[in-house]
Amino acid sequence: MEPRRTSRTVSDPKVRQVGFFTSQHHHHHHHHLPERSFSEPPLPDPFHTSTSTSSAPVTDVSPSGNLLSPVMILPSRHHSDNLHRLSHRATSPTASFSYFARAVVVRENDDSLLSPGRRGIAVKSPSSVVAASSFPKGGFDLTAVKASSVPASKLTTVSVVNLPPGISEKAGGASVEVQNDRPAKSKPLKQKTSKAERRATQEAQRAAKAAAKAFFNLLLKLAVDLYSLAEGSKTSAAVPGPVNSANTKTAKSPKSPSQKNDAVSVAAAEKKAGDRQLEKDRKKDVPHPRMQYDDQSRVEKAKRRAVVKQTEARNRVELFRHLPQYEHGTQLPDLESKFFQLDPMHPAVYKVGLQYLSGDICGGNARCIAMLQAFQETIRSYSTPPEKSLVRDLTAKISSYVSFLNECRPLSISMGNAIRFLKSTIAKLPLSMSESEAKATLQADIDRFINEKIILADNVIVKHAVTKIRDGDVLLTYGASSAVEMVLLHAHELGKQFRVVVVDSRPKLEGQLLLRRLVGRGLGCTYTHINAVSYIMHEVTRVFLGASSILSNGTVYSRVGTACVAMAAHAFGVPVLVCCEAYKFHERVQLDSICFNELGDPDAISKVHGREEINYLDGSTNSENLQLLNLTYDATPSDYVSIVITDYGMVPPTSVPVIVREYRKEHLWI
Amino acid sequence: MDFQVVVLAGGMSKNLVPLVSKEVPTALLPVANRPVISYVLEHLEQNNLKDLIVVVEGKDAALLVGGWISSAYVDRLHVEVAAVPEDVGTAGAIRAIAHHLTAEDILVVSGDLVSDVPPGAVAAAHRRHGAVVTAMLCSAPVSGPLESGSVGGKDKIKRPGRYDIIGLDPTKQFLLYIATGGEIEKGTRIQKSILRPAGLVEIRSDLMDAHMYAFKRSVLQDVLDRKDAFQSLKQDVLPYLVRSQLHSEALPKGAPLVEENGNEKVSTQNNQAMVSRILANASTPSFHESYELGPNGSASVRRTHKCGAYIASNSKYCVRLNSIQAFMDINRDVIGEANHLSGYSFSAHNNIIHPSAELGSKTTVGPHCMLGEGSQMGDKCSVKRSVIGRHCRIGSNVKIVNSVVMNHVTIADGCSIQGSVICSNVQLQERVSLRDCQVGAGFVVTAGSEYKGESLARKEK
Repeated sequence: MEPRRTSRTVSDPKVRQVGFFTSQHHHHHHHHLPERSFSEPPLPDPFHTSTSTSSAPVTDVSPSGNLLSPVMILPSRHHSDNLHRLSHRATSPTASFSYFARAVVVRENDDSLLSPGRRGIAVKSPSSVVAASSFPKGGFDLTAVKASSVPASKLTTVSVVNLPPGISEKAGGASVEVQNDRPAKSKPLKQKTSKAERRATQEAQRAAKAAAKAFFNLLLKLAVDLYSLAEGSKTSAAVPGPVNSANTKTAKSPKSPSQKNDAVSVAAAEKKAGDRQLEKDRKKDVPHPRMQYDDQSRVEKAKRRAVVKQTEARNRVELFRHLPQYEHGTQLPDLESKFFQLDPMHPAVYKVGLQYLSGDICGGNARCIAMLQAFQETIRSYSTPPEKSLVRDLTAKISSYVSFLNECRPLSISMGNAIRFLKSTIAKLPLSMSESEAKATLQADIDRFINEKIILADNVIVKHAVTKIRDGDVLLTYGASSAVEMVLLHAHELGKQFRVVVVDSRPKLEGQLLLRRLVGRGLGCTYTHINAVSYIMHEVTRVFLGASSILSNGTVYSRVGTACVAMAAHAFGVPVLVCCEAYKFHERVQLDSICFNELGDPDAISKVHGREEINYLDGSTNSENLQLLNLTYDATPSDYVSIVITDYGMVPPTSVPVIVREYRKEHLWI
Repeated sequence: MDFQVVVLAGGMSKNLVPLVSKEVPTALLPVANRPVISYVLEHLEQNNLKDLIVVVEGKDAALLVGGWISSAYVDRLHVEVAAVPEDVGTAGAIRAIAHHLTAEDILVVSGDLVSDVPPGAVAAAHRRHGAVVTAMLCSAPVSGPLESGSVGGKDKIKRPGRYDIIGLDPTKQFLLYIATGGEIEKGTRIQKSILRPAGLVEIRSDLMDAHMYAFKRSVLQDVLDRKDAFQSLKQDVLPYLVRSQLHSEALPKGAPLVEENGNEKVSTQNNQAMVSRILANASTPSFHESYELGPNGSASVRRTHKCGAYIASNSKYCVRLNSIQAFMDINRDVIGEANHLSGYSFSAHNNIIHPSAELGSKTTVGPHCMLGEGSQMGDKCSVKRSVIGRHCRIGSNVKIVNSVVMNHVTIADGCSIQGSVICSNVQLQERVSLRDCQVGAGFVVTAGSEYKGESLARKEK
């Protein structure tokens, strides 16, 4: 235990932080690699490429700018960003105005240029409408029907829903709760307020607010009794619009605006506007705070919004209260039964959500790909609703899908990165782009993301990793990582002679699937459970692990048990190679696996699948004294990781933040 | 969600012969004084399925059903009614309206299903597995009036296995075998080719095919086109799909990939293959996928499709009105234990008596009873577990137990009715005693006659 301690103290975060900027420290890190680590590859290319691409080396910001080493690393992105932003701010008013002006010009140009095309579309749509409406009248080409013994029959519409046009758009959707008990007689359709209507009420309320404010001021000037003032405000608020009972609240809300001097308020407003921009920018940089599930009020709020009905599990481990845990087994049937009520949800997204929930899809890459493909599908069938802009509406749509998927199963970090990429791509779409073009670009971009960030990355990883496999090696892997599997298969195809030890753990037993595929391809395998890892580690020469994510301090966030395997390997002096695509890197720093994790189904560990007779915990699972904990991920400290094989080459785990910093831009705006 | 709903309302079922007639097709048979099809339609409406196609056998029946639907559901549902010739079967009915089907998946519901199983669950299971067909299975009903106690009159005992034999895979998510009970007399065969990859087949006879299916449209249409002889979805199409699931001729799987097969790059193809491999590896494979892969993991050309099953939970009610016994059971249950289906609010005595109904002195209407609008009852009558329709005139000293009396029935003094169905406009004269009988519409039972287990109907001219 002792030696491990000391090594940890050496690599404490502060020292590392410095290491990112100067080359000496960087080398210093390389010394920290375990002795058995093989010939170091020629220094990871990220550094070289970074020097070549970086145009203006903003040296004055970098602390060690004067002693620039051969490996030059740009200062952190935040610095440069802030500079950038500041320079913008300096010239702000005019600059922003001119920007708007230009934007308008572009708009006009675009209209004049594109008008023929648009007209074409405009002509097209009514015709399709006509076709659709003629459908029930038998307007179908009956000759097209295959001849069969049965004559084709016409449909006669006997009952049509006639709804006011405003509602008809929405009438189908929105109703999420299942109505179990029906009122006695034919009940009229519940009138749902459409989005437009809601906006109208909001605006009316705002107007009412303003009116109330004005009224307040006026009355003050006339020095009228406060009591009558309050009364008056209420009545006045009710005047300007079809705002109903809800507005009493809004009318009350401007409590004492009268005291405020008008001039001051205006100035404040201006200042605010200036600040807001800044704040917005700042907000973008700050990661969105995660929901803490031990915060009662927020949980309640989230529950009301939730699509998936979630009953909180009762016996939760104290330390993990902040993580969501639900009664498993209740969500799926409930979500399934709501299939038709969730109209705004796209079928493809819904399907993926179901598959997450039921565990049909697991694994970081697969989940990410499935999600991206579902989004592709939604974009394909997307059309901008009238009077909305594609960029905003689509972003909102994607956000709602994401929150749905998050309810089905908490998003993985890789998915978070992919979503960030998609959203920024949408935001970056030029306004002048037509809808079909924009859709095509987005789909192509998603395709490119999948191909470059996942598939190509895996290919590169395989190429690098295979160089580390020698004849006679015994490779150990844990769980079922898609990247590691590809490495093993490829090495086998190259004719390398090696043996694989697949270490597995309950309750998921993912390793068995991997084992089946490996054995199917003719690899020699040993299968064991993680309990035996210290025994089997004697004969192992390399450990290959997959990762769900690698964080900025080099921590490998992966399937629970990985840390244990890595630690055992470290103790035995076996190099640990982590295969992880760079799109899974994250700038977060995490020291433990408590603050962020995912809780699995506690029943899964209390029962043994396929062996009903092991039921010692039956009946006691609901007792107050017993808390079951089924963690999904754990965090492996970087000390136990010899090398990270990623699509930018083989790097020590301490270089992960460099890649995150240097390539994040590219990640986001490919 | 890209689903189209087809309600197969049928025509005049032969099983229900004295009850149904030209004026009353099966779909309009009253269950607790509401046509049976209204249960399906309202159930679908609750589940936000408002765009329906109702297929009725026979022109006249279609007119009747269409008329009723338009009067009851105007402004609530968008219903289109299609008339198909009689005796084309369910498969024929779908064939006839096939050109109206455009959605990706089709939900086919029988019009005589009285159930509260959410159709969304079937559809979701269908989508989740990407199945070709998903059938809803429910527990087979325990038939017969339990408390009548009489041994006599159970002439339907001769068909104990009238429900289906169903084979499921160990996860209970896929259908491996299905046969309707009637077909199995001596024994049955299960293909080894399905048994081997699945490993284990669970044969259940306590489940019933509820005739609510989700079909993949392209496959359904393809099968209907190729197999002209197929008459029934339940007896032909479904068993065919289940039988052929491991050597599928049904769906062209890689179709979307082949389209863009231009001479662009082979690498894109490789990428696609890799993506699909990652996806496939990530999920626990059903036996279909592992069979497709073949024994040694090499990608072979075996093609499979999945036939899903959704098993409704036991707490849900799910019965089909396809026999007279079922008709009586449903009527009993809807005002009894499954009364949330009826949509009526029950009185404190657990029964429904329309405010306009008139009761004589010393007349008792027990719990689980229903008395329709404008009906009159004389003195000293007793009604137990029965449904009485609208505008019936019932004399004194009448006993009605476990029975269904439809509309405009006249029952004279001193009658006793047990376990019987009395259709509309029937006249029972004094002191008639009926036990386990069905009386067809407009029939007149002469005074003092006694019947037991008979079916009485007017002679057709």
